[in-house]
Amino acid sequence: MDWIYEPWPWYFAGPMIAFVLFLLLMVDKSFGMSANLRTICTLCGAGDKVTFFKFDWKSQKWNLVVVFGAIIGGFIGANLLTTDMAVAINPATIANLQAMGFKSAGTSYLPTELFNNSALLSIQNIFILVIGGILVGFGARYAGGCTSGHAISGLSNLQLPSLVAVIGFFIGGLTMVHFLFPFIFEL
Amino acid sequence: MRTVIYLCIGILFGITMFKSEAASWFRIYEMFKFEAFHMYGIIGSALAIGMLLIQAIKHFNIKSFYGEKINFHPKEKGIRRYLFGGIIFGLGWALVGACPGPMFTLIGVGFASILIVLIAAVFGTYLYGVLKDKVPH
Repeated sequence: MDWIYEPWPWYFAGPMIAFVLFLLLMVDKSFGMSANLRTICTLCGAGDKVTFFKFDWKSQKWNLVVVFGAIIGGFIGANLLTTDMAVAINPATIANLQAMGFKSAGTSYLPTELFNNSALLSIQNIFILVIGGILVGFGARYAGGCTSGHAISGLSNLQLPSLVAVIGFFIGGLTMVHFLFPFIFEL
Repeated sequence: MRTVIYLCIGILFGITMFKSEAASWFRIYEMFKFEAFHMYGIIGSALAIGMLLIQAIKHFNIKSFYGEKINFHPKEKGIRRYLFGGIIFGLGWALVGACPGPMFTLIGVGFASILIVLIAAVFGTYLYGVLKDKVPH
């Protein structure tokens, strides 16, 4: 039964994501996680000031339930289905990250240098988390979707705009990792 | 009843995000460094199967579990919003190593610092709502 604690290979995880997409379609819904961020804004009262948030949030209640499930799924995955949280990335990537100061590469799920509670004592780290979050939230809504809405839902439905968005995701991601990381993580 | 179904789908999604390591900052970094096939395999196979399923639904006119016609929502036409929005999203995705789905999953795992990222993402969404008419679409 030890296999149950192993990380999932891509050829199991990918079909599983397609299955989630399929299930949502079969219950007359669509697959898109970032829409919840907008709903949360509305729930916080943003609709009073900004028309973009003036919509009936109850029509998105189902999606909030899905995302609540995703939180529970994370809890189950980490606590019941995993014994060793280390992510076995490419040894060359580990070496490269360690040289950049990420000593936790290859030994943890997220870099402890950035995400451990003790890392929050550094203003610079908090700044990185806040800026990253803002970019994700702003970009997802600007592009009208995130990885689930565009890269999976949209591309599966052969939507050209989704292809443009995914190309954008990669331009942004590659720029960040290859050109900006050396400046940001000068440890 | 429907709420229970949505919850179960979400749980399945969350487990998948965690167990596939798609919610790991390290996997996202490795992907953008082109140093592993893992993430490309996940997205590629999800996409290939998703395409087949959607084509099958359309071709055979498959009805939903509730017997209704399955509706697809075509994305609005345009280039700029998808390109600019996509680039901004990609910059953030690579920096914090999490897109919106995995953010929720990681909160369930117990990473308190991800709450900061999530709150910032909600604020970023709010900023878009405020600036919507000022940015090119």
